[in-house]
Amino acid sequence: MSKREFTVTVYTENQVGLLNRIAIIFSRRKINVESLNTSPTEVESVHRFTIVINETEEVVSKLCRQIEKQVEVLKAYYNTEDEIVWQELALYKVSTDAIAEKVKVERLLREYGARAVAIRKDYTVFETTGHREETDNLIKALEPYGLIEFVRSARVAIIKGSSDFHERLKEFEYKEPGEEVVENEFLDKKEEVFSM
Amino acid sequence: METLELVKQQGVKKATTNINGSKAVLEAFIAEGVETIFGYPGGAIMPIYDALYDYHDKLKHILVRHEQGAIHAAQGFARASGKTGVVFATSGPGATNLVTGLADAMIDSTPLVCITGQVYAHLLGTDAFQETDVINITTPVTKWNYQVTDATEIPTVLAKAFYIANSGRPGPVLIDITKNAQLQPFDYEGYTKCEHIRSYRPNPIVRKEFVEAAAQLINEAEKPFVIFGQGVILGKAEKEFKQFIEKAGIPAAWTIMGMSAIPTDHPLGVGMLGMHGNYGPNVLTNECDVLIAIGMRFDDRVTGRLDKYAKQAKVIHLDIDPSEIDKNVKATVGVWGDCKETLPMLTSLIEQKVYPQWLKKFNDYKQLEEETCIVPEMNPVCDELSMAEVINLLNELTEGNAVVVTDVGQHQMVTCRYAKYNSSKSNITSGGLGTMGFALPAAIGAKFGAPDKTVVAVIGDGGFQMTIQELGTIMQSEVNVKILILNNQFLGMVRQWQQLFHDKRYSFVDIASPDYVQVAKGYNIPGYKLEKREELKHSLQNMLEHNGAYLLEVMVGKEDNVFPMVPQGCSVSEIRLK
Ligand SMILES: Cc1ncc(C[n+]2csc(CCOP(=O)(O)OP(=O)(O)O)c2C)c(N)n1
Repeated sequence: MSKREFTVTVYTENQVGLLNRIAIIFSRRKINVESLNTSPTEVESVHRFTIVINETEEVVSKLCRQIEKQVEVLKAYYNTEDEIVWQELALYKVSTDAIAEKVKVERLLREYGARAVAIRKDYTVFETTGHREETDNLIKALEPYGLIEFVRSARVAIIKGSSDFHERLKEFEYKEPGEEVVENEFLDKKEEVFSM
Repeated sequence: METLELVKQQGVKKATTNINGSKAVLEAFIAEGVETIFGYPGGAIMPIYDALYDYHDKLKHILVRHEQGAIHAAQGFARASGKTGVVFATSGPGATNLVTGLADAMIDSTPLVCITGQVYAHLLGTDAFQETDVINITTPVTKWNYQVTDATEIPTVLAKAFYIANSGRPGPVLIDITKNAQLQPFDYEGYTKCEHIRSYRPNPIVRKEFVEAAAQLINEAEKPFVIFGQGVILGKAEKEFKQFIEKAGIPAAWTIMGMSAIPTDHPLGVGMLGMHGNYGPNVLTNECDVLIAIGMRFDDRVTGRLDKYAKQAKVIHLDIDPSEIDKNVKATVGVWGDCKETLPMLTSLIEQKVYPQWLKKFNDYKQLEEETCIVPEMNPVCDELSMAEVINLLNELTEGNAVVVTDVGQHQMVTCRYAKYNSSKSNITSGGLGTMGFALPAAIGAKFGAPDKTVVAVIGDGGFQMTIQELGTIMQSEVNVKILILNNQFLGMVRQWQQLFHDKRYSFVDIASPDYVQVAKGYNIPGYKLEKREELKHSLQNMLEHNGAYLLEVMVGKEDNVFPMVPQGCSVSEIRLK
């Protein structure tokens, strides 16, 4: 099995220290976390981590089980790129003078779907959202005009095949959950493994 | 101490008492049935110790000599009793001294609740005196940890701690309590045990179809082989396990952690697995057609080289921890669940069988091992005593009824190879972490956990010097443990590896010992040192019959090796008899 990109989605309680507990599961195996985002979810009190790593599927599945084993983790899923809708946001700071002089820049920005989020006398900050190549391409395009600063956010991702987590959570609240919440799902070794 | 009562005040409101956080901790202990605490005081945990002053009639506190001693004692207690071990330590150095024990308990799934004191909440993160970031240090080596900064949290947090520590796959929990929370008075509503945490599923629903698939594999097998670990003991499923193998007629071998779950002389018990395990079970792992792993985790010391491990076999893996299934060895059928539940299900679906031919293979290999290893080790032709003959005589005298606690090294392997056990929870050793210094404090705890049993600690001259200070605990708390030092004047296990794999370049394995009998005497513990075979039986008898702690130092062969051995990087079937 070769390494590829996986997006890991972890539903958790909102608890101090949990970030560390999850992070060390990767660092312990010397796995680099490419991107990590923490976010609230549609369910109050439930938190969500979105983690991107490059690994073999075998390792990712083991990592997910070890993450899920943590007391305050509700559920961990892993998905390949085609199973998710994802975006990253990037900010670019350029000199206002440089772009004012060159009308070309404006056209360029429009081409990349970027917009200005701050325009000051001495600098302008653009923002664009998209996949990695899109935000990377804009760096290349802006470099000739003197890119002062660049930053990209972590990935956020929605799992295409997900169903309502509310329902699932309701089951978790029960001491004796129904068969529907079959937590042994990964033992099925079927296709839906780790997708909701 | 005020007693807490529910008042029938319109049936809703609970009566509250005003107590401080420290008392709430001790009330939680009492509600959880804790009787013995192993601990060591210090600045940041003083309010709890102050509260303990008034609870001495309800809670026994054993003052150790080092916090590592406290946590190993709590482990020994937990392993001998099946209950949760409890520890107190102060902040900073007190807490960091627990780390080895936490790692040990984590890897060996031992239920513990450790309470550490912490600096005042307003000082957190300021490098205050004796402040250490204990939560972050201990995160990788705890099943759960939590910092309490407000006393009102104490009852619920401790209820969670006890629930998490000893449910599902057990493990150590650490609760760090800031000093202000210990001192803080609050309206205490009583203690409610925790029975459910929504993000935590200790007892999965067993899926019948997997049990059925497993039963089918077993029913079709011609050379099935059961290997089992501590899961059987932790699941309190010894009876269910015995019924399963007896109906199935399948030979069963134990890991070092599973040892004593069935009596060592059980007709279907074929011995110990692993690097220094028995010959037959190792070799035949690579010959069986269905390998049934129960409550064990395929540690590398058990499997040897993984890519040559049981490749011919279909593997059934029963475990309560889903992250263990497929982790090291791919399971043909994984049965996720508590073996107390899954084993009877499996037993009801399998046919009653016997495998005389297959069992004979184990017996033939046993014969071979007897001739080449066991008999010569038990009856050395030289004057030097062998570890094996010491353990053999010990068996004879204890008749398999003692709890034997071992340290780490050659003596550990020899003891686990030869010790006889009649009842579960009798073999206590540091399996996963291999922590030298474990045995002496763990034996102290084991004695509190199994007060009616004879507890013998078998320790090497190296490991004994790692936690020798706990002789002070034995003296002060009058703990009746028998200390058997097998002194080969070397860090034996490392020396053996240097001999076999490093051209006998003995690099820093020659270790000097003090006069242990004199040291023990200083602690008011009687002792004896012997070198001669004629003295052995009588001296062991003296040790066992003495009313109270006793130290017996036995000088054994300096350069004896432990065999059989699966050299590191080799397959289990490449096990060497010499
Ligand atoms: C805390 C710790 N440090 C180092 C080791 C490595 N180690 C494993 S066995 C061993 C030698 C043990 O010597 P001794 O206690 O004399 O027992 P023997 O092997 O001679 O029976 C050592 C150093 C260890 N397991 N634990």
